[in-house]
Amino acid sequence: MIHTFQNMGRYFCVDTNSGAVHELDKPACTLLERLTPPLNAEECPADVLAELELGGFDRAELCEIYTELRELEQSGQLFTSDECEAFAASLRPAPLKSMCLNVAHDCNLRCAYCFAAQGDFGTGRELMPLATAKAAVDFLLAHSGNRRNLELDFFGGEPLMNWSVVVDTVAYARSLEPANGKNFRFTITTNGLLLDDEKIAFINLEMANVVLSLDGRRHVHDDMRPTPNGHGSYDLVVPQYQKLVAERQLQDPDRSEYYVRGTFTRKNLNFAQDVLHMADLGFRKLSMEPAVLEEALPFALREADLPAILAEYDRLTEQLATRRDIDFFHFMLDLGQGPCVLKRLRGCSCGNEYCAVTPNGDIYPCHQFVGLEDWRMGSVHTGAWDAQKQAELVRAHLYNKPECRECWAKFYCGGGCNAANVLYRGTLFKPTPLSCELERKRVECAIALAAC
Amino acid sequence: MKHIKTIAPAALKQSAEHGGCGECQASCQSACKTSCTVGNQSCRNDEQRPTENV
Ligand code: SF4
Ligand code: SF4
Ligand code: SF4
Repeated sequence: MIHTFQNMGRYFCVDTNSGAVHELDKPACTLLERLTPPLNAEECPADVLAELELGGFDRAELCEIYTELRELEQSGQLFTSDECEAFAASLRPAPLKSMCLNVAHDCNLRCAYCFAAQGDFGTGRELMPLATAKAAVDFLLAHSGNRRNLELDFFGGEPLMNWSVVVDTVAYARSLEPANGKNFRFTITTNGLLLDDEKIAFINLEMANVVLSLDGRRHVHDDMRPTPNGHGSYDLVVPQYQKLVAERQLQDPDRSEYYVRGTFTRKNLNFAQDVLHMADLGFRKLSMEPAVLEEALPFALREADLPAILAEYDRLTEQLATRRDIDFFHFMLDLGQGPCVLKRLRGCSCGNEYCAVTPNGDIYPCHQFVGLEDWRMGSVHTGAWDAQKQAELVRAHLYNKPECRECWAKFYCGGGCNAANVLYRGTLFKPTPLSCELERKRVECAIALAAC
Repeated sequence: MKHIKTIAPAALKQSAEHGGCGECQASCQSACKTSCTVGNQSCRNDEQRPTENV
């Protein structure tokens, strides 16, 4: 399986099964698109040559290219066959390594697109007691097997609304590191409203990553992210983010990871401007996500918006090519050394290596499954863990999703979002087409930028 | 090669050899977290790393 594409006037080919990526000149890409593997013939097929000659290409050059393409094929870098399915069969339930703690099912903003139904996940406002948070840490340790690096993500709702539990949970987990031979990596996601000097200092000391929500330009942000009394929140959060990031950057570079992240909707299809606005504010690690919503909502992204979104990703790519000081999360791709094929097959590994815990201690495959009763997997209080559900989620790998099997981007994507699949297509095994289109586009942009 | 430059190696299959250790970060695609796909994550397995040979 190969995929050819053009980006920023350059031509690329992904050889899906081997992981090789090639940059070609225009004649080479044009010829490649007309060839059918395997390239058994020593000479370039006459009909293809004739057609391309008519199109103004040079015959001698095409013959030279054909030889190069054959070389690539023979050295296992083009038209390779799929040998990764065997690895999928070997996937087994794995130890837990990552946990999302929903420390607050409550929020002090009323974001229009909130999947958590304004923070309470539709189940009523609730804060996680410290005892539950500690039980969750114990559960993670007990299920982590020989995994050394463990992640604990403080999430919500808005986690700063339950700040003392965040602080005490970090201390508790740290106290257990030496005896258990583990290394905790804490992360937190916040809307910024409750940030103050003390919280900023703690986050910069203890959190390996912090995700700061900002939708970009003031009017875009204020429109989607109002306070309960209907005012915008841009002016309340931006100065705090700037302070946090400035202090973070002064510290150990290993601790300087952060993301200023936004969500775009149908109302700001020109979201590249929002990304650049964040850069203008001084932020360098940025992310802008498509809102995944019921299509009926007025600002939900729809199939019809696709051409505009794809064009906007192109504009963003061009801008970022001239701004190499900016890390745009979705376009980050390590072409030399990415994750192993097993990780690529597993994808997010929710309900297997990753789970989410609600304020009352219930366990779900991930934060997006929270509230879907059928998907409750256990409780940190009783220690219950539904191994059958885990096995079902282990089966939700690339090769068991028919659309993913046929997708050229599968080893970059990992098979989409299982929760979105369940919510919008009723099964783990069918990805949502709009997200897929966007994902494939982002991979193209990422490859083109990596080649710059 | 004159017309083609390989910018990423054919390293997928070999990566299985020392793969699957699980020491890397979880990858989640949802918009409410900073979503990442497996492709934009890095490996934390030292045995895995030396396979760079573009
Ligand atoms: S750390 Fe590397 S080898 Fe281990 S599972 Fe993650 S990607 Fe694979
Ligand atoms: S979820 Fe979509 S983009 Fe991802 S591998 Fe499957 S088909 Fe491809
Ligand atoms: S199911 Fe979706 S939201 Fe949940 S961990 Fe996987 S990618 Fe993230």
